[in-house]
Amino acid sequence: MTEAQVADQVHGNGAGEPLITASRVTRILPGVVPTTLVRDIDLTIGARQYVAITGPSGSGKSSLLYLLGLLDLPTEGEVRISGRATAHMSEAERAQIRLSMLGFIFQFHFLLPEFSALENVTLPMKALGELTPEAMRERGNTLLASLGLADHALKRPDQLSGGQRQRVAVARALANDPPVILADEPTGSLDSKSSEQVFQILRDLVDQRGKTVVAVTHDLDMARRMDRRIVLQDGSIVSDESGKL
Amino acid sequence: MNLVIDIALTHVRYRVRQTLVAVAGVATGVGFSIVMAALMEGSQADFTRQLIDALPHITVTDERRQAPLQPAEAIFDAVEIHGLTPEERRRGIKNPMAIMASLEAWVPGAVAPATKTQALIRYASRDLAASVQGIDPHREPKVSMLATQMRQGTLASLYRANNAIILGTRLAEKIGARIGSNITVQTTDGANLNAQVVGLFRSGVRSVDESTAYVMLKTAQILAKQTGLVNEIRVRVADPMAAQSVAQRIERETGYKSVSWQEAHEDLLSAFVVRNIIMYTVVGAILLVASFGTYNIISTITHEKTRDIAIMKSLGLREAAVRRIFVLEALVIGVIGALAGWLLGYALTRALGTIEIKNPMIDATRLPLVYSMLHYGLAALAALGSSLIAGYFPARKASRVFPVDIIRGAT
Repeated sequence: MTEAQVADQVHGNGAGEPLITASRVTRILPGVVPTTLVRDIDLTIGARQYVAITGPSGSGKSSLLYLLGLLDLPTEGEVRISGRATAHMSEAERAQIRLSMLGFIFQFHFLLPEFSALENVTLPMKALGELTPEAMRERGNTLLASLGLADHALKRPDQLSGGQRQRVAVARALANDPPVILADEPTGSLDSKSSEQVFQILRDLVDQRGKTVVAVTHDLDMARRMDRRIVLQDGSIVSDESGKL
Repeated sequence: MNLVIDIALTHVRYRVRQTLVAVAGVATGVGFSIVMAALMEGSQADFTRQLIDALPHITVTDERRQAPLQPAEAIFDAVEIHGLTPEERRRGIKNPMAIMASLEAWVPGAVAPATKTQALIRYASRDLAASVQGIDPHREPKVSMLATQMRQGTLASLYRANNAIILGTRLAEKIGARIGSNITVQTTDGANLNAQVVGLFRSGVRSVDESTAYVMLKTAQILAKQTGLVNEIRVRVADPMAAQSVAQRIERETGYKSVSWQEAHEDLLSAFVVRNIIMYTVVGAILLVASFGTYNIISTITHEKTRDIAIMKSLGLREAAVRRIFVLEALVIGVIGALAGWLLGYALTRALGTIEIKNPMIDATRLPLVYSMLHYGLAALAALGSSLIAGYFPARKASRVFPVDIIRGAT
């Protein structure tokens, strides 16, 4: 199956269709004393879902997110993206899926400091190489404008506030219009006002743009307002409930 | 712009100080290697030119490579003969005029006869052994630079007096002779000649200037006590570098030992090989040190950029693309460094060219320098090659960063 076919299949999915499937996923860090990060995770995430992964520190939330985002490889089990097995993919194939189908937002914005907000946003587009430079600039400006950053497109990250940087990171995650956004503590480093702003932006991505957002969060209030909450403890899922509380 | 180029140029641009240090390292390496090559090759070319100018390109002598067989040996080749008195042979090249005519027919250059004999030069109670060479003043300027090496008098001055003689400047200094001095020339055969100094020459080669004198061909034949003796035929070829092959052909055709200037100075020329090895080793070492600077800078950048590399990889940038970014950065440093090095090298070479070397013994002269595109090309190529290698290893390491390890550490 080609990337385009995979993308078509993903974009064509209706609500509830599995975009990400984790089957008996275990990740053990090797070492003198091997550390189990996640254990026997079975999970299915469909389209248009706003999913929270919560749990105490060290419960394996971020590790699970990295496994779902193909940034890490499971020691056992398998992650499927839109039905496509990833266990035996090459690094280049996994990179291609991350580029076209997954968008990442990290706790610390992780923008490239030498580049402007617009250049940071167009970076994944350039890596994918499907648009002309003009189209990339136009799409980048549109994304920044939709997140209230129209006047900050040419500023470098050090000229932006924490909230603005995180919104640029959201715009970058949306650069290639991926169906899935994976966010690791997206509001963890923000004040309450900026946190709420980012939460709403992610909410809108699901409600208005049909994206699936999987966010690791410590904030239980925020988790309660999301569509689904997966609670981890010691690397295992202890609770998985849907519906806003 | 291509993403890889975009990121690489941005990294280089935003680290102006570090980039300039690396560029300065490469430029210094390239610049000094150009200067060294210009100096070394310049001095070598100057020395070679002096060698070529001081002597004929080819000297055909009345010797043979192997001693000719004695008549008895030629007849009884299966018999070992002892106690024979060797046959005395008449000295000199047989039929020199005919040989010269045949050489003039094909040799790309000029031919001149000479009679060479060893003699003691006496003046004011001072004796000095010298090689007295009989020349044809008309033909000689075509085969040697003697005419241009004259410091006082001319070759035509040999016609001015009976038994006129031209001395090397150092020889004249040693015996205290001047133009007009009457000196005595005595050979080992007992021939004695009173000669008048009519000219002084300086070839620049010390050994020649202090032990050579020129007289008319006929005068030398009188000294050698052999009428019509020609024991050297001197050849000057249009391309001095072709002298060796021409000499080989002359030897094949005439049977007489024919020595090119390369063969005559084989020891000196082989010393150049050693000198060149030393030069290229030093130049290589300079460029190697410069490449350490590039390696250091690229390593520093990749180390500082580890988090960014992890982020780029997490976004979907491939290992090869990350590797290309940093190799390109090293190449950018290499290219700018090479260009700056060209300018530096050219400026330094020009500056060295203005230095005047003054010596009471010789005319004021400047450092011999050679401007060669090859030096610039090789230095730039070496700089780019070393930059490429210096950039590749840190780039490879950087591209293998496992994003999760870095992101986990950062969060």
